[in-house]
Amino acid sequence: MSNNLTDLTVAEIRDGFRGGDFSAREVAEAFNANVAGAKALNAFIVETPEKALEAADAADKAKAAGEALGALAGVPIGMKDLFCTEGVQTTAASHMLEGFTPTYESTVSGKLWAAGAGMLGKLNLDQFAMGSSNETSYYGNVISPWRRGGGDNAALAPGGSSGGSSSAIAARLCPAATGTDTGGSIRQPAAFTGISGIKPTYGRCSRWGIVAFASSLDQAGPMARTVRDNAILLETMSGFDPRDSTSLDLAVPQWEANLTSDLKGKKVGIPKEYRPDGLNAEIAALWDRGIEWLKDAGAEVVEVSLPHTKYALPTYYIIAPAEASSNLARYDGVRYGQRDLPDGAGLQDMYAATRALGFGPEVKRRIMIGTYVLSAGFYDAYYTQAQKVRALIARDFEQAFEKCDLLLTPTAPSASFALGEKQADPLAMYLNDVFTVPASLAGLPAMAVPGGLDSQGLPLGLQIIGKALDEQTVLNAGLAIEERAGFNARPDKWW
Amino acid sequence: MSIDLQTVKKIASLSRISVTDAEAEAMVPELNNILGWVEQLGEVDVTGIEPMTAVIPNHQRLREDAVTDGDVRDKVLANAPQAEHGFFAVPKVIE
Repeated sequence: MSNNLTDLTVAEIRDGFRGGDFSAREVAEAFNANVAGAKALNAFIVETPEKALEAADAADKAKAAGEALGALAGVPIGMKDLFCTEGVQTTAASHMLEGFTPTYESTVSGKLWAAGAGMLGKLNLDQFAMGSSNETSYYGNVISPWRRGGGDNAALAPGGSSGGSSSAIAARLCPAATGTDTGGSIRQPAAFTGISGIKPTYGRCSRWGIVAFASSLDQAGPMARTVRDNAILLETMSGFDPRDSTSLDLAVPQWEANLTSDLKGKKVGIPKEYRPDGLNAEIAALWDRGIEWLKDAGAEVVEVSLPHTKYALPTYYIIAPAEASSNLARYDGVRYGQRDLPDGAGLQDMYAATRALGFGPEVKRRIMIGTYVLSAGFYDAYYTQAQKVRALIARDFEQAFEKCDLLLTPTAPSASFALGEKQADPLAMYLNDVFTVPASLAGLPAMAVPGGLDSQGLPLGLQIIGKALDEQTVLNAGLAIEERAGFNARPDKWW
Repeated sequence: MSIDLQTVKKIASLSRISVTDAEAEAMVPELNNILGWVEQLGEVDVTGIEPMTAVIPNHQRLREDAVTDGDVRDKVLANAPQAEHGFFAVPKVIE
């Protein structure tokens, strides 16, 4: 058993620890060793093996003393470096926040630690969560543990922005991790690496203490190898927080206890606009298999229409940069982070020099687009128009959900691509989020689950989108797919 | 509607990001590409549609008008690039 502790799921670690099969310390040591041996993946910005051991020892001690154990006692996890962690550097993968050591803990990470989870380290990501391939991090690219078959050793993208999380989970460096999702940053990396991840309904998880990107879209969520593990983590991460004005004041459902793959009586909508001409044939075929799996689980399948789907990406690329330009105005070289003060510079020069130094090219690009679309004379034509189209996109979903209970779509338009392949053209990169952005704009819960491998041996994912607050149906459909897909492929260790 | 070098420099200035001439020139086609693409939103009929500001219906909460935090000056200043005498320090702004 002790040889393969790092192959266990969160549920297996939790239950095995409670049942006395192994100690929490043994688990933490096994994952710490995997983290230390995987520098080639560059999944972590900061490793915190001592934090993992500290939580494990506390769990072992509590168990020995017969004390009540937290829901995640004995489980070590990875923390995306977008969550502020007290006393541990938090960078958002930027130079701007290099050396920033929060004096407070984000609500979501605090809930996880309070439940007994231990921190293996801070996971790499796209800078300020802006990217779809983890190539915008100041701390270097994260490499996917997956490689194409046939001896092709090209370094592949783990997806983004939660690329450190997806790479680390797929490589067994952690059994689960946190992610955040603004336009697909949990789901697309999960699909690229053959794992699962869920973005809950907007407002389920507190945004307090998460470095802000686009506040009307940002949502935290878990990533793990099984649907059950996602349910377990999401229960701990969710809940009302008075410190986040958009937090939903609702009880957290018992998603794990209510998991079932029986979908009798459920209607699955298949949105026809998600099958454009030229959709990758292997992805279309996987989608068809997914439809059969859900039918097999007892669901009825209906075709639905989301007519404004094609406008979702351009809407997103107005709203997200607009909000980012406002949120990132706080990085001024005064209160935290880097400061660049050229000789003789005044305050305004210091701001501009600091921001030129601290932000990477993609972050600058988005701040400038956001500034432009919010500037006098253009605000209505761009920003107000985008907010109106966003309302139409949300209405499309409302109307579709009059005919069905959930939607099934592909997660991404392609499998993972090689690093560098899409770097030259920002637009080509943006198009990777075509299937994930609409649910983000509508604030709906959405999950990625692995469905199979393509002909190159790379994972492909399916996406389930649910009604607002109906994470349970999303998780249940995810479980139905998981049971039928039987996805157990894993990358061969080369790192 | 396309933007030129002057506009890029104006946006950079509004964004408080200093750019070299070469950087600004490189941004002209990049930003035009992206802005040209998002302009397709103009063709959507939005007659009678209210701009969406909150995706999930929620209400503004009120709480008791009481102090709930504060008295953490040193924590607030802990990450400042330059803090002096209990304040954030910046370059002189009054000549």
